[in-house]
Amino acid sequence: MAVEASPKTAALARTRTGRRQLSDGAIMNLFIWPTLILLIAMNVFPLFYSLYLSFTNFVVTANKAPVWIGVNNFVDILTTEQMWQYFATSGKYVVLSVGLQTIVGFTLAMLVRSKFRGSGVITTLILVPMMLSPVVVGLFWKLMYNPIFGFFNYLLGFMDPATGPDMIASRFGATQVPGLALLAVVLVDVWMWSPFVMLLVLSGLNAIPDYLYEAAAIDRASSWFQFWRITLPQVMPLLLIAVLFRTIEALKSFDLVMGLTGGGPGEQTELIAVHLYREAFAGQFRTGHSSALAYIILIIVIAVSNLYIRYLNRAKGEG
Amino acid sequence: MASFEKAGPSRPVVESIRVDKINPGARFTGAVRAIIVLAIALVMLIPIYVMGITAFKTRGDVVASPPLVFFKPTLEGFMFLFTDRAVVSAGRIPEFEALAEAGKMNIFERIAFENGQEITGPSPFVKRLTNSVVVASISTVLSVLLGVLAGYAFSRFSVAGKDDLLFFILSTRMLPAVVVTIPIFLMYRQLSLHDTQLGLIILYTAFNLSFSVWLMKGFMDEIPREYEEAALVDGYSRLQTFYKIVLPQAATGIAATAVFCLIFAWNEYAFALMLTSEKARTAPPGIATLLGRGGIEWSAIAVGSLLFLIPVVIVTFGLRKYLLRGVTFGAIRK
Repeated sequence: MAVEASPKTAALARTRTGRRQLSDGAIMNLFIWPTLILLIAMNVFPLFYSLYLSFTNFVVTANKAPVWIGVNNFVDILTTEQMWQYFATSGKYVVLSVGLQTIVGFTLAMLVRSKFRGSGVITTLILVPMMLSPVVVGLFWKLMYNPIFGFFNYLLGFMDPATGPDMIASRFGATQVPGLALLAVVLVDVWMWSPFVMLLVLSGLNAIPDYLYEAAAIDRASSWFQFWRITLPQVMPLLLIAVLFRTIEALKSFDLVMGLTGGGPGEQTELIAVHLYREAFAGQFRTGHSSALAYIILIIVIAVSNLYIRYLNRAKGEG
Repeated sequence: MASFEKAGPSRPVVESIRVDKINPGARFTGAVRAIIVLAIALVMLIPIYVMGITAFKTRGDVVASPPLVFFKPTLEGFMFLFTDRAVVSAGRIPEFEALAEAGKMNIFERIAFENGQEITGPSPFVKRLTNSVVVASISTVLSVLLGVLAGYAFSRFSVAGKDDLLFFILSTRMLPAVVVTIPIFLMYRQLSLHDTQLGLIILYTAFNLSFSVWLMKGFMDEIPREYEEAALVDGYSRLQTFYKIVLPQAATGIAATAVFCLIFAWNEYAFALMLTSEKARTAPPGIATLLGRGGIEWSAIAVGSLLFLIPVVIVTFGLRKYLLRGVTFGAIRK
């Protein structure tokens, strides 16, 4: 009925049932809207705001209203060679660290797959690094890598700081080895996140039904064949999810680098997210320009996610 | 035997009454595998071990070359991290010695005096740690509260456009922190939320919300609807069933979600770095700035890192059943 209840009858209804009854629909709205409002205020609105800013020359410290300059920011970013350099560094970093994490994580999962005494505790211990704060991890690895008093060189057998590598400074003895610092970051990232890949692959391995292996054993299939034809295809969807998560995270990678190298030496580990921070918050506060850069990064992240989701669906469809 | 469940491809026979069926190599490869895993685990834990011991080294021991594995432990690093100090002038040394003789100094004061310093008060880091505790705990309570409500609604009601909404909620977490921070920085300046605990609390709540909604929906999905339906038939209202029937059953899930949110907020660095400067700065960017203050106090940094390590180790062990869910937003359960 479309007739509105007067306050009086509503009050009457309340006393009659003893308590005001909320309809399911009202509860649903009451439960969902606070979440949606918060996310719209803190995510959707900011995204549109920065989309607008990316077409302006706004500088937050300059006390001047933003002026619309069209796509100039985007053109400027895409035609600056330096920018391509940062993207290339990020690309190298993503490919190297996600690649290594996949290999190490998969191997670890295969190793801890069959249980033995104490394997539960060991598996959990291996998982500790991924729960740590990346910036803290970066800081104490900086201590590890110190050529004079760090454990990294010491354990690798480089006792003399004059001849050993200085990973953070991209130096080996007295010679500059470009790329060493990026490798140092990759190494820490692999240390931190291989356990994540292991965890996902392990759950995939545990879900493989035994009868597949039993059937293969009856057919006297080699263990090599079993691996390629049973284990790998069955684990593939979860492995892809792990790679997807890691790729997105590596593209956004910021904390670890800030703790470990701060982008240096020179700009050897200046990943795109680190550069974005520098442009937006340190020094010039080029708000409009950095918003444009932020959008380019966002588009890349979305594109990569979609690519993987497509592969994921295909992998699921075959399975 | 429990240790043989899910033993992987074509389990070899290691125990049988028929001798010809036993594969003698299997036990051996099993042992080798265990040793390899143990070795890898030990190597992976070296950095954590190093951090643990560095926290208890003296300033001199930290920079010893080659690095020391055995040393006399001290609380110097703790003192460096938590206190501000001034040099004791030569004239006042006897006065301090008398205090030390009389045993009237606490442990930090004694260590400071051994370094020729007196403690002048708590360091800025103490304030940052308090900020971290306040921001992390309040934002956790808020995001879990909202997450439980929304998770329940998504699990039980046919919300219009449910899948799209859930995907939207998840996608907010995929955004690079730096991308949303620029506009939020401007918003916060307008609303004078910049460098305030409230500002960080709101942001962390929103940041953890996607996670908490997804995780809670997963947990709610696992609670059988029959209990609620029975209660509804018995005359309970929807709200009553929610807090009398559903909430108690979701308690474990709520606790797990809360701990994950707490760890995320506790570890968060990027937002705090960009949206706070002094008043509301939290511990993670606080530790990083220790690097800058006149010479690197590695032992203090190690102590600070320990404050992040210890809760994480406890959580990892406490939540190992839920770890997989936690790191995949509840997308994968087991």
